[in-house]
Amino acid sequence: MLYREAGQFKTTYAADQQLFPIRQDRIGIAILLAVVFVGVPLAAETPAIAGAIDFNYWFSGVLVPFLIFSLAALGLNILTGYAGQLSLGTAAFMAVGAFAAYNFELRVPGMPTLASFILAGVVAALIGIVFGLPSLRIKGFYLAVATLAAQFFVVWALTKFGWLSNYSSSGVITAQKLVVFGYAVDTPVKRYLLVLAIVSVMALAAKNMVRSSIGRAWMAVRDMDVAAEVVGIPMMKTKLLAFAISSFYCGVAGALYAFAYLGTVEPAGFELDLSFRILFMIIVGGVGSILGSFLGAAFIVLLPIFMDLSAASIERSFGFALPAGLVSNLTLILFGALIIFFLVVEPLGLARLWQIAKEKLRLWPFPH
Amino acid sequence: MLRKIRRAALLGAAAFAVAGTAYSQNEQFVPMNGYWVGPYAAGGSGIFGGLIDYMQMINARDGGINGVKVTWEKCETEYNNARGVECYERTKKRGPTGASLVHPLSTGITYSLIDKGTSDHIPIVSIGYGRTDASDGRVFPWIFPLITNYWSQNTAKIKFIGMKEGGMDKLKGMKIVNIYHDSAYGKETIPVLDVQAKKYGFEVTHIPVAHPGNEQQAQWLQVRQIKPDWVILRGWGVMNPTALKAAAKIGFPRTKIVGVWWSGAEEDVIPAGDAAKGYIAAAFNVSGSNYPVVKEIEKFVYAKGKGEMEDKSRVGSIYYNRGVVFGIVTTEAIRTAQERYGKGKPMTGDQIRWGLENLNIDDKKLKQLGATGFMQALKVSCMDHEGGGSVKFLQWDGAKWNTITDWITSDQSIVRPMIEESAAKYAKEKGITPRDCSKEG
Repeated sequence: MLYREAGQFKTTYAADQQLFPIRQDRIGIAILLAVVFVGVPLAAETPAIAGAIDFNYWFSGVLVPFLIFSLAALGLNILTGYAGQLSLGTAAFMAVGAFAAYNFELRVPGMPTLASFILAGVVAALIGIVFGLPSLRIKGFYLAVATLAAQFFVVWALTKFGWLSNYSSSGVITAQKLVVFGYAVDTPVKRYLLVLAIVSVMALAAKNMVRSSIGRAWMAVRDMDVAAEVVGIPMMKTKLLAFAISSFYCGVAGALYAFAYLGTVEPAGFELDLSFRILFMIIVGGVGSILGSFLGAAFIVLLPIFMDLSAASIERSFGFALPAGLVSNLTLILFGALIIFFLVVEPLGLARLWQIAKEKLRLWPFPH
Repeated sequence: MLRKIRRAALLGAAAFAVAGTAYSQNEQFVPMNGYWVGPYAAGGSGIFGGLIDYMQMINARDGGINGVKVTWEKCETEYNNARGVECYERTKKRGPTGASLVHPLSTGITYSLIDKGTSDHIPIVSIGYGRTDASDGRVFPWIFPLITNYWSQNTAKIKFIGMKEGGMDKLKGMKIVNIYHDSAYGKETIPVLDVQAKKYGFEVTHIPVAHPGNEQQAQWLQVRQIKPDWVILRGWGVMNPTALKAAAKIGFPRTKIVGVWWSGAEEDVIPAGDAAKGYIAAAFNVSGSNYPVVKEIEKFVYAKGKGEMEDKSRVGSIYYNRGVVFGIVTTEAIRTAQERYGKGKPMTGDQIRWGLENLNIDDKKLKQLGATGFMQALKVSCMDHEGGGSVKFLQWDGAKWNTITDWITSDQSIVRPMIEESAAKYAKEKGITPRDCSKEG
């Protein structure tokens, strides 16, 4: 009833091709953006609400990492979900972004932060193209193994060549201060807004990209590369572009990870483990879906925190203490079980669940 | 399905609602951000077990620190930087005065917290790990890499080797191989070893082992070719027993292998079985439960059916005792702060920072704490955030770690200039003006 599109007529091509063709979706997105951009920061500034909820914790401990991982998952989803090239090098491209942004800030005097983020993305894209070259010859799991090379090579190079970390004895870098248009981004709420703005713009760009001719070429390659080649899609350009754009997203995510979240990063923080986590995000969230990247990141990043918090508060409210390792192990087991549960219930990911819900809502409350 | 989700959401919301329970005003909150799962759980659970047990003992025996009860909350970091930051943010405002200080128990998390602790005014205490150049307290007022850092420890190791060989001049022309975990942690001692090699005239070869280090045949073949007089093992986790087994295979004497303290717990040698016999490791705390401080924990905590360790045999192990050392440092820093800012009151982060910076655990105090020989005397200052610098050497006899030396001091004439140089570089990069220590009160 609420979600019925009857009566919404499209009279121009522009109206038919817009990002969100259904009016309810547009309203929903507008409300969501208003809440996250205006409502949440305003609430944090209101003393009555800020007294009850620790917004600084939510911003710097939960929301910022969620947004950053969403962006990285989005990057991987472009490559794996849309263009069908399996990659295990996500963390490496993030590392490239983080270290490149640091070096641009360090070595170019007066470099604006946003420009160094963009350049960091470009450097990551170039590295991505280099490691994307094997994709022209090999596919599937074999390609995944080839991208593993990127993972190990980048982490090795960052520890090996002192210049990249400005000769820090342990390869660790400390991000410079965040200044955007002469405006210091130094509080949790400002960092949140900056990350949110960057992620929103890039998500919007991705949403548009996958509907454009590039996106369609990617999907054609994903679904059947021989057929795609036969109909005249240039393999090399399409695949390498997917690697470049995906790495650009991951690079920016890595730069944000270093500058807006951790502050200090070491190459060892970008191990294979992180690549796997991001791959799990898109598998759980939905392969080949923009929304899925966000849902998957929420699932992998937020759920363990949520479970840990609930366990602690349950312990406290009932006044007993469980043995030390038990809670940690239990949450880990539960988390694993939930992943299996969701994948069994909906192998196409959480985004698909949302799609089904949407279809049901269209008919509700009078299904045929 | 929908109803289930709704019920789960309601339960979750209810759980959050009770999360904000009120605290009593006369309490001192210490966050316990550690790890009880994952590949490093042996270290995390042992150290936090000792730390929490010590706090329980202080509460049970003395009623807290001058009557201020210590409270804590555990948070699982999984040894993961992102989770560590989340735990820090979650617990930094708990208790009447916020988090007293943080033990990140991971070099990576320590790095991530340097800026945050500095701006939130919460001391970051990294005992035996973390950022070495933070020992320069002028540049890092909020960071305390206490007791000994990796560089100090390394100079003590070379001193120990010199002692064994019968004098530092005997080191000339010797060959030493440094087998290290190929990570930020493992690489950290390379520069200091190079400086010492030049000073004493020995030859050092650095051989990296890729993480996690369960494959070391190539590295030990190289060792066999070099035929070194000594091997320094800078390992972590599964790399340690593997190295000892590989050494046994090529017949390199284990009595000539010296490990860092993260290679020197029971968990590092028992998996290697007989291959570990005779192996030597540096330590800033000893093993064994025959110390009054451990006995007190057994009496006031375990005898009452409480205590963190499910496996009681781990009480008195290397990791557990290290946690007790963490506990002593934590409570004594708070006590020192109380002596200046008011006994019997909960202290703020600023006050505890003062307490840490003026911490002075001398031999008399150690005796009073029941920790003579258990840990070294410690004197921290604004200039020197390390405070101790000595290490003991332990040898594994196949069943337990035996202490084979007294406290061996480090060579600060090598370490201190390197620390100051590195800290000055950091200060320049970050635009920090170092404090003038003569003005600190």
